[in-house]
Amino acid sequence: MSNQDWANANPERLYVISGGRDRKSATAGFDLVTLVVARARPEPTMQPEHAAILRICSSPLSVAEISAYLRLPNSLVTVLLADLLAERRIEVRAPVPPAALPDLSLLEAVIHGLQRL
Amino acid sequence: MDFNGSEPRGPREAELLPATVATAVKIVVVGGFGVGKTTLVGAVSEIRPLTTEETMTEAGVGIDDLAGVERKSSTTVAMDFGRITISDELVLYVFGTPGQERFWFLWNGLFEGALGAVVLVDTRRLEVSFDVLGRLEDRGVPFVVALNGFPESPGYPVEELRAALDLPHHVPIVHCDARSRESSRDVLMALMRYLYDLAAQPAGAAASAQPVG
Repeated sequence: MSNQDWANANPERLYVISGGRDRKSATAGFDLVTLVVARARPEPTMQPEHAAILRICSSPLSVAEISAYLRLPNSLVTVLLADLLAERRIEVRAPVPPAALPDLSLLEAVIHGLQRL
Repeated sequence: MDFNGSEPRGPREAELLPATVATAVKIVVVGGFGVGKTTLVGAVSEIRPLTTEETMTEAGVGIDDLAGVERKSSTTVAMDFGRITISDELVLYVFGTPGQERFWFLWNGLFEGALGAVVLVDTRRLEVSFDVLGRLEDRGVPFVVALNGFPESPGYPVEELRAALDLPHHVPIVHCDARSRESSRDVLMALMRYLYDLAAQPAGAAASAQPVG
């Protein structure tokens, strides 16, 4: 499957995957760097995209990484994640809440980490 | 950017994050096409850079300047990103995003919660940067400016560029070679130190930021 598949795909396919749900209400709360960890095993009866998410999230992955690996637009991935979260099949680790200025200890940790790069 | 469909359908064993990672932070690299965003992201990333794509909605089309762009109902935009594991608990994501005004619809989700931004500049095409710098200032996003060195780049003195870009004196300007891991890492460090100064002493932070040049 090429990287561009979803983009070139019939829009109806994306509609079917999302179940036609409203994106805005379902995607609230998911950031590109919200971390997702599977808490359930994929099951044969699941929608393939749901199963794929559970399969690749055995270790934490960001929403952006899930979108990249599944080659689905970010807005669609968050709809799928909202389903899984409602069914308690995933655990979500929210990013640092937006603040005017980030915490000093957080910045120190990042600087320290970059120094070791 | 298109990676020709060579991306795997999941992370490789060596790319798995520790299960203990609890928090993710992000920074954004903004710049025009061909300025080296993807190169910089790839240089610092511990994973092969990935691409996430988004479609511009009808609403986005309505508020955009589409001069010179073929009119259609939706546009696909790709964002490259990489990852740096900072500790067992913290991971940093670095996103590259196009700076042109017609892609600003991407910025809402992208800059929300972002620590700050790197504006990557090609000194041969300074004009691409003006709108980006103004837009970041309007949004209150702290940023540093990195001048990506191309062999044929004019070697303007930093202060001349500062004047040309109309940058406040406290905004750090650094030189870089986006192909180099160390140089690109130093750009991120310059941003982090600038953010640290801003956070440590909000009133006088500006003066302590050390422009490199």
